[in-house]
Amino acid sequence: MDMKERLKIPRQPMPEQEPKVRARNFDEVPLGYTPETAKLEALRCIQCKKPACVDGCPVEVDIPGFIALVAEGDFIGAAKKIKSTNALPAVCGRVCPQEVQCEIQCVRGKKGEPVAIGRLERFVADFERAAGEVSIPKMPASTGKRIAVVGSGPSGLTVAGDLIQLGHEVTIFEALHKAGGVLVYGIPEFRLPKAIVASEVDYLSKMGVKVETSNVIGKVATVDELFEEGYDAVFLGTGAGLPTFMNIPGENLNGVYSANEYLTRSNLMKAYLFPEYDTPIVRGKNVAVVGGGNVAMDAARTAMRLGADNVYLVYRRSRKEMPARIEEIHHAEEEGIQLNLLTTPIKYIGDDKGWVKSMECLRMELGEPDESGRRRPVPIKGSEFIWDVDTVVVAIGAGSNPLVQSTTPGLDTNKWNYIIADEETGQTSREGVFAGGDIVTGAATVILAMGAGRKAARAIHKYVMSK
Amino acid sequence: MSAKILEKEQLSENVFKLVLDAPKIAKKRKAGQFVVLRIHEEGERIPLTIADANAEKGTLTIIFQTVGKSTNHLSELNVGDELLDLVGPLGKPTHVEKIGTVACIGGGVGVAPVYPITEAMKNAGNHIISIIGARDKSLIIMEDEMKAVSDELVVTTDDGSYGFHGFVSQALEEKYLLQGKKIDLVVAIGPVPMMRAVCDTTKKYNVPTVVSLNSIMVDATGMCGACRVSVGGKTRFVCVDGPEFDGHQVDFRELIDRQRIYLKEEKECMDHYCTCKQQGKGGL
Ligand SMILES: Cc1cc2nc3c(=O)[nH]c(=O)nc-3n(C[C@H](O)[C@H](O)[C@H](O)COP(=O)(O)OP(=O)(O)OC[C@H]3O[C@@H](n4cnc5c(N)ncnc54)[C@H](O)[C@@H]3O)c2cc1C
Ligand code: SF4
Ligand code: FES
Repeated sequence: MDMKERLKIPRQPMPEQEPKVRARNFDEVPLGYTPETAKLEALRCIQCKKPACVDGCPVEVDIPGFIALVAEGDFIGAAKKIKSTNALPAVCGRVCPQEVQCEIQCVRGKKGEPVAIGRLERFVADFERAAGEVSIPKMPASTGKRIAVVGSGPSGLTVAGDLIQLGHEVTIFEALHKAGGVLVYGIPEFRLPKAIVASEVDYLSKMGVKVETSNVIGKVATVDELFEEGYDAVFLGTGAGLPTFMNIPGENLNGVYSANEYLTRSNLMKAYLFPEYDTPIVRGKNVAVVGGGNVAMDAARTAMRLGADNVYLVYRRSRKEMPARIEEIHHAEEEGIQLNLLTTPIKYIGDDKGWVKSMECLRMELGEPDESGRRRPVPIKGSEFIWDVDTVVVAIGAGSNPLVQSTTPGLDTNKWNYIIADEETGQTSREGVFAGGDIVTGAATVILAMGAGRKAARAIHKYVMSK
Repeated sequence: MSAKILEKEQLSENVFKLVLDAPKIAKKRKAGQFVVLRIHEEGERIPLTIADANAEKGTLTIIFQTVGKSTNHLSELNVGDELLDLVGPLGKPTHVEKIGTVACIGGGVGVAPVYPITEAMKNAGNHIISIIGARDKSLIIMEDEMKAVSDELVVTTDDGSYGFHGFVSQALEEKYLLQGKKIDLVVAIGPVPMMRAVCDTTKKYNVPTVVSLNSIMVDATGMCGACRVSVGGKTRFVCVDGPEFDGHQVDFRELIDRQRIYLKEEKECMDHYCTCKQQGKGGL
């Protein structure tokens, strides 16, 4: 195919489950490219000499390189190429906000639509997994150094994967009973099938990483005790898992959830399969989800799948300020989620048994921009109104869990209790202790957590080898 | 981590004791802390207070009452079986110091979590008055163990079939507070109505009272907020800020409501369990 023809190929759409159908099941929404569509899409890449897309990628995946291999039909080779810089392509291909990272930079997007980099990444990773061609790389001789990784989210998994391949002995300590962090407890099955996360963790185990689930560091052992046990370095990737509430009246009524609880019940504990699984969840008919980010979208779409008649997303600013990915807002609306913008709850009202039955809200208007540059919502006087709901999910952000910080003397934190760490190395104020991911930056993204993990792994390697 | 069951004993009709092989937790645990366990892949995370531990042998004792599906299932396990997951020790340990006279009060299966606190308070040099109670004589547990760590022990039964006839709160008031006996601290653990009754009593006499709350939990690491309670008008998480709180500040009404969130589902789950068992389906 010559260049002219290639330029004419339209961006290949992603086949998806019908909105009406998928709004009632937990299966994955996008169905994935076929080898044919993947090759066509790959041909749209013009193989830039100075690829702008790579600048947009936090871990600098060789994007034109892997896409060229897809165009040739060497999907396994393409997967290997991505994996040399990104250990979790099946995850990133699904959950990375490509529209503000690589794809926004793609030259094809200047006049028309960018190459569907994320979809191609997802395709090759899935192809490799389905083909059973995930091979374990040859392991180097042991260095005899031992590294403890606290937390098994994307940052911890990346650190572990990088360090095991450098010959170190790596043990991950995870508080929950399953490894994966937000990937298993937060992000729903219909966006990221848990089997994918499990196979990534399994891959690490096969390379020799020890995964110790049900171990809360700060409780069963402190960071100092890990050093006493003989670890040479410790990486902290404990995430931003502290739920935030608004502290308004009625927030402890039955039927009012934090997004973390709602999603953990549904995802980690599989409450959507109750009673086959033991953990229950309230299946509300009129559900309000408070917030405008990706977490709120996940909660709202989960509520729909649990059988709600109405799911309302209540957000205090306007659509333009919503932090959620446009694609997620679009998916949610297709599934029937109703957006109630410029609205904020001020009180939940309960019945005589302590169950939420309605919420009182205020209408807002946008005023002057605040520190974040977004226009500040200001309440409209006298606009109070009451609206009937039987379930509420509060998804207004997360903070840092203090368990490790409060048991590690000399570990410096900032005013929000996030751990202070060097951006390039993850080095904290304690010798031998490194940190990265959401516990340093505050709630961010999977790929940024992985990027931080990669940098920390390099620094940890240097540190333990020079000791 | 998984944990093997080393010993099993039935303490009363619905109360069971398991001794688990859990060296790491046994070494670290302190009075007042708890563990979370999961029996099998489909299981829920069950929080249970550590009733006792032996750091040298590496064992941990849990005592529980069968109330729903999960605890029934747990009671059917036998010596040699493995729990899929066991995590701990969780929660803040009891604040133990020598303050004088401490009344340790346990209602029903609540005697189990009171025992390690009583032992710790005794070891700290306090004079211990223990009051343990249940509906009737057959439901009184750990009387000998409690006696061994107490200076005075009162047993109560609601029906008068053994010891003091009445509630633990009444025994506390009639035998001690009303008599003007000085008590510096009360620790009360048991069903919420019992803890509330004790707190109502001790408030009248201005005796500081600590209660240990058993709210519904999921992760038990402070990540979800399922366990939240109002204490002194502030929202606190039982799993990380507690489980012990100043009983005079706890909103018991809210706690009772919140404990009832899944009543319907718990019944459904139990029914499902019974049906599956009758049909002889494995994997439960
Ligand atoms: C619902 C939801 C949806 C999201 N959607 C997206 C998306 O689409 N795209 C995207 O890029 N990002 C998304 N994010 C953000 C992204 O998931 C996080 O930025 C990322 O997971 C952070 O990785 P991490 O490794 O820092 O920590 P986490 O993934 O938070 O993992 C931390 C792990 O550490 C464990 N831990 C904590 N304390 C201890 C301790 N003391 N001892 C042992 N273990 C401990 C925790 O249990 C957890 O498993 C989403 C987040 C949520 C909550
Ligand atoms: S910027 Fe777009 S066209 Fe250029 S190499 Fe990257 S993906 Fe291909
Ligand atoms: S049980 Fe989840 S925060 Fe306490």
